[in-house]
Amino acid sequence: MSGANRGERAAGSEGFGASRAARAVARVEHLIKGPVWGCQMCGQCVLHSTGLTCPMTCPKTLRNGPCGGVRPNGHCEVKPEMRCVWLKAYERSERLPLWRGHIDDLRPPVDNTLEGTSSWINLISGRDRQVPAGWMADADVEP
Amino acid sequence: MSNLERKLHSREFVVTAELPVIDGGGHAEIMRQLAPMKPYVDAFNATDNPSAHAHCSPLAVAIGMIQAGVEPIMQLTCRDRNRLALESELVGAAMHGVQNVCCLTGDDVTAGDEPEARRVFDLDAPQLIALAHGISRGRYLSGRPVGARPNFVIGAVENHGAPPYEYRVRRAAKKVLAGASFLQLQICYRPELLERFMRAAADTGLSERIAMIPSICILRTVGGMRFVATKVPGIDVPPETVARVERAHDVEAECFDIAYELASHALAQPGVAGLHFISFRKDAGIAKLCARLGIPTRIEREIHGYSASVAV
Repeated sequence: MSGANRGERAAGSEGFGASRAARAVARVEHLIKGPVWGCQMCGQCVLHSTGLTCPMTCPKTLRNGPCGGVRPNGHCEVKPEMRCVWLKAYERSERLPLWRGHIDDLRPPVDNTLEGTSSWINLISGRDRQVPAGWMADADVEP
Repeated sequence: MSNLERKLHSREFVVTAELPVIDGGGHAEIMRQLAPMKPYVDAFNATDNPSAHAHCSPLAVAIGMIQAGVEPIMQLTCRDRNRLALESELVGAAMHGVQNVCCLTGDDVTAGDEPEARRVFDLDAPQLIALAHGISRGRYLSGRPVGARPNFVIGAVENHGAPPYEYRVRRAAKKVLAGASFLQLQICYRPELLERFMRAAADTGLSERIAMIPSICILRTVGGMRFVATKVPGIDVPPETVARVERAHDVEAECFDIAYELASHALAQPGVAGLHFISFRKDAGIAKLCARLGIPTRIEREIHGYSASVAV
């Protein structure tokens, strides 16, 4: 790793995730996932749990299933010419041999600070599984 | 604990209704809208820019309802606010004594009269439910303490009339997992889809975990029926239902009959905890429909009790 990259870390950025090498990985990831899945580089990929259908291509960027606006023909409320992303996600997840029940997981809000970063790196580092402390926290807080 | 929450807990039949949108007219308009349906309704929904048309804000209307002596259900959608704005709205609502909130995704901006607006959808409905649940347990999303814990009863909406039909129960289950305790189902003109949803909800035990409240819409005109059939996202009105209204000699009576038939059918479904009424008429349509369905007034129900099965 170059001195410049270490310098970035020292300046308080996000370590390897913000380095030049990481940006190169992100570019490779986008080159592959962009044409195949319409990847929007949210940096916290959930494709495996959504039937290999990118939820960020939903015009409402919903992460937890189809909205109530799906048309009777299965097309999108916002883009009538497009089939509902979540309808496809559901159908495909039912056909996948793996991860079938994962579509029912309650996915946390999108971490917008990860936009444009490589989800592969975030997966390895565990960064994509970090959620805000108040997300689905168990204990009640007494004042 | 809100009156609605108490009734849901004790499994008493509940009647909720949507207050027509408020623009100008202030408190007097809220009072005028409430008056004809007030005797029957346990709690009123204050809508959040329905169909992506701007109106008086749900928090302002909810406060107006409390001042008018009725219990609000404050709706919040994900379309117009990011998570910070949603959190401040919820904590602000708690400050004014709003206890019932209903969290939904929201129609897209393209459904409204300002389609050039930026859509937000920073959260989706299940995430918003979890956010409201977290706040009612004393934490903002960041984990920072709220202080005195608001006591929300959290509602959700599911559109059992939109594809993928067989997945809707699972999506509703996700909302239960997030913290919702009542479910106001979307208006639906295809009773077979309500039957399908309620059967699946009963089979999976969902209707034991969340109070199911189907919605009934009372229309009045051919134009109103055509608007719902063509302009409201996610509502599939069979062509024969539209034709029935178009052919009718007395359109208003026909619309009322359709609402009555759908409501009777909904009441006959196992696991129905109450009904939610939506009327665009500024008259006593909801009161009249409740009377025809045999649903007693709120006070009568509280004194004598009522079980929906009596009505059918």
